[in-house]
Amino acid sequence: MSLAKRIIPCLDVDQGRVVKGVNFVGIRDAGDPIEIARRYNDAGADEITFLDITASHEQRDTTYRIVEQIASQVFIPLTVGGGVRAVTDIRRLLNAGADKVSINTAAIFNPDLVRESAERFGSQCIVVAMDVKALDDGSGRYELFTHGGRKPTGIEAIEWAQKMAAFGAGEILLTSMDRDGTKDGYDLSITRAISDAVDIPVIASGGVGTLDHLVAGFIEGGADAVLAASIFHFGTYTVAEAKAHLVKSGISIRQ
Amino acid sequence: MTQTVAVIDYGMGNLHSVESALREAGAGDVAVTADAEAILAADRIVFPGVGAIRDCVAEFRRLGCDETLRLAIERGIPVLGICVGMQSLMARSEENGGVDCLGFFEGTVTRFPKSHRGADGSKLKVPHMGWNQVTQTREHPLWDGIANNAYFYFVHSYFLPAAESGCVTAAFDYGVIGSAAITKENVFATQFHPEKSHENGLKLLANFLKWDGKC
Repeated sequence: MSLAKRIIPCLDVDQGRVVKGVNFVGIRDAGDPIEIARRYNDAGADEITFLDITASHEQRDTTYRIVEQIASQVFIPLTVGGGVRAVTDIRRLLNAGADKVSINTAAIFNPDLVRESAERFGSQCIVVAMDVKALDDGSGRYELFTHGGRKPTGIEAIEWAQKMAAFGAGEILLTSMDRDGTKDGYDLSITRAISDAVDIPVIASGGVGTLDHLVAGFIEGGADAVLAASIFHFGTYTVAEAKAHLVKSGISIRQ
Repeated sequence: MTQTVAVIDYGMGNLHSVESALREAGAGDVAVTADAEAILAADRIVFPGVGAIRDCVAEFRRLGCDETLRLAIERGIPVLGICVGMQSLMARSEENGGVDCLGFFEGTVTRFPKSHRGADGSKLKVPHMGWNQVTQTREHPLWDGIANNAYFYFVHSYFLPAAESGCVTAAFDYGVIGSAAITKENVFATQFHPEKSHENGLKLLANFLKWDGKC
């Protein structure tokens, strides 16, 4: 009788194509975000996150069209992020069918964007994405970065998470830039620290390589949801295998 | 027989998902509209809602949808309320400093407690976001073919305590026992989002499309 922990496959999309592609049995087009989203919907994913990494703002129309098509064929929640700069971007994405919009860099330059959009559209659809790195000064502190982990902001991660929650964010998507792409597992220490520091849900992201990493994200990291890309895309594990493993580990999962 | 469904559009958020899910569930003609004539001419009506309840109720009233809905309910047209749509049907909500709602059901919508914790002491996040099991407490045609304790997708910070209403047909447990769905005569309303609840949600919508409005 409880709330299930969520498993969220993430699609990185550039100019309408899923980057790196997806290795599913029988897939017709490994780069088609609509077909891939539908596959994940059928496979039992709890949500889908669509990260638009298209560099040019002018090519965003493709993104809106794709979001519209995914939303009309996928009946689980859809979060869209990447390049969200203004209230108008958020409105367009929600109108296209996104259930939640993820704000990253723009929240750093203009924290009021989070407040304004939460007031206008409701906290339930505003996700703040945080890219963090551990400081190498032995302090155990983490700092917020932008530009794929290249630019430090000087902002301490836990304080930032609390500020964003106070501004009305409904959820935090926490990515460890130290772990992203490593397959070494989530950074459990910062995931736990942020999950304990805020009352809103936290999604762990960055570094998952095995199913035990998912378990650790929930149990040790205290995450409410886990995001994964490559382990699912490359067919290393199916969503069903991940869910079976989590259930075996005593985690409450929707099956 | 082709079903016409009116989704009440009172300017609060995107209704694309609700419309798509109704089509997927087998609805024929889906009209997204605030027009009283179109709404009253439909075979059934969906009352969705997202965002802050004060704005929802105010806009609903400003567009005259409250009167349209009152007529529709009186005429026995099956109505499905979703999320803030369900909350708007209640007498009152404590959100936004207290709002008098449409009053089709008795009961007051309240916030999850601050520093919310479960029975085992674990921290429970708010918004209540994700897939929660739904326990059917009373039989209803809209539960046909849906297993008891099936998962549905919720996202909300305010809820109707199950004890607040005699009309509860399903409950959820999230540290508190909340109303997952309420029903009275030809109105059925859910706190969860059937349009985002995958197969269980589509099944509930399909049941709604077949429902004659009787319990």
